[in-house]
Amino acid sequence: MNAKKRSKYAYFYIAPFFIVFLIFSLFPILYSFVLSFCDMDVLSGKFTFVGITNYKRMVESGYFFQSIGNTLLIWIMSIIPQLTIAFVLSLILSNKWFRGKFLLRNIYYFPNLVTPVTIGLLFGALFSYPGGAVNNVISMLGLEAVDFQNNQMLARMVIAIAICWKNFGYNIIYFTAGINSISEEVMEAAQVDGANGWQRITKITIPLMKPILIYVMVTSIIGGLQIFDESKLVFTSVPGNATTTMVKYMYDSAFVRFQFGYGAAVAYGIFVIIAFFSLVSLRVTGDKKDDYGKKREGRRSKLTRK
Amino acid sequence: MKKTLCRILVYLFAFFVAAAAFYPFFVMIISSTHDNYNIVAKINVLPGDKLKDNFDRLTQNIDLTRGILNSLMLAVVVTVVQNYFTMMAAYAFSKFQFKGKNFLFSVVLVAMMLPGQLGIIGFYKEIQALKLLNKYFTLIIPTISNCFAVFFYKQFLDGALPNELIEAAVVDGCAELRIFHRIAIPLVIPALVTQGVMTFIGTWNSYLTPLIILNDKKKFTLPLMIATVRDATHADYGAQYVGMLVSVVPMVIVYAFASKIIMEKIAIGAAVKG
Repeated sequence: MNAKKRSKYAYFYIAPFFIVFLIFSLFPILYSFVLSFCDMDVLSGKFTFVGITNYKRMVESGYFFQSIGNTLLIWIMSIIPQLTIAFVLSLILSNKWFRGKFLLRNIYYFPNLVTPVTIGLLFGALFSYPGGAVNNVISMLGLEAVDFQNNQMLARMVIAIAICWKNFGYNIIYFTAGINSISEEVMEAAQVDGANGWQRITKITIPLMKPILIYVMVTSIIGGLQIFDESKLVFTSVPGNATTTMVKYMYDSAFVRFQFGYGAAVAYGIFVIIAFFSLVSLRVTGDKKDDYGKKREGRRSKLTRK
Repeated sequence: MKKTLCRILVYLFAFFVAAAAFYPFFVMIISSTHDNYNIVAKINVLPGDKLKDNFDRLTQNIDLTRGILNSLMLAVVVTVVQNYFTMMAAYAFSKFQFKGKNFLFSVVLVAMMLPGQLGIIGFYKEIQALKLLNKYFTLIIPTISNCFAVFFYKQFLDGALPNELIEAAVVDGCAELRIFHRIAIPLVIPALVTQGVMTFIGTWNSYLTPLIILNDKKKFTLPLMIATVRDATHADYGAQYVGMLVSVVPMVIVYAFASKIIMEKIAIGAAVKG
């Protein structure tokens, strides 16, 4: 039997996926685009075409830009400690003499699996005022209890801590895979040449890990721009909506204030922002040469080459 | 001497971070066994004896068993349905030559880069028009269009399933679906398990889609129920902590069995976040 005759079965195999894809992925995306030019009447549910009014309002009202600012602030406050701690710990865990790697790695990683809803509630309760667990510790130290929820910056910080807590273990596993992919020969050669542990880290591991570090840093922004669960759940109300992220703003517009047309416009606004950062990250990470002048083949091949 | 000191410092740092990572769990576990006065007024280190009381107050407000069963059912069904059909599509992309293959596969690749929330409002309005709101169908069938899974499986099939094997089966007169079920699937079990665990955890944890689709309290998944605990119990921290504890336990069980799979998936498939 020839391959041509069999090829008709291929359509049978891809049919379920593409039918669902067309109906429940592609159509909603296009439909959202149409809706973003419409305004919905809350009572009748009818849509009327309003042109670019929604987009104009999005740009002019300032709330959307404020939500971008909130998102970026929360992202920066979570990503810097998250990557620093994860990198230092993955260096520590890669030492041969270190005992208890298995247990520690599991403790570090487990928060990543906890339901985001639970993380939201848990951090809301931990940092509540005046009787939260953190405030109890602060009071014990003889300091005054802090009202985290009603301070814009502190409220953002609590959300950043929650995200950092959730993700740093993931990055440890990721970095460990990167460190393990550095060839033994390079390390042994350095050892023969008399490099001590500190020199091996600063002169070999860090330079060789730099592309991975930059990659994780830049690409994590795409996930960071989509923070929603923590923003919605940690604190119920923060002055000036200081913790409202872009996706939370979209959700509020559509599903709390029932402005579906405007919400769809915000969804496309978010898309533009994410596309912009994706392009920047492609430029930063793509087509780079590593320190030996060898072209990087991308992070997948780098990691599988254990 | 200096070396030993250095190592002690390294251990101290590593255990300090571990303690910080465990601290929220510690507070959660200990607080769930104390009454509200103790939780708010002092630092608790030892477990108390109010777990039963807290649990009873929690279950007065929400139907916890139902939430767990709903979530479990949904996670299992989504895992099976999604992985079966995405594997099918990946199998076609990997082992067949057909018209439009390259175009369709690039559609999958482009769709992978689109953020999940882009179409959510259109999705909601479409589901509303189709009268599919508040139905599990809406949370199950649309998950078939997971492009990450198709991409992941295609990569795996390219390496794990030799063309000769399929050709031999065709020559022997094996029916097409039988080839898929009896030859392709058994050879990709490791990939199915890896991706399956990820689907299960993702579905168990998902919040935004169930939040907008479900409005009947009887159909709520566990995360939706946990989210309502705070509103339902006002300042009842004891009951809230028990609710959180209950939501974490199933993940502990999953992790106990699948920790190695999860870690490997991050390490190898890091480029394919799925």
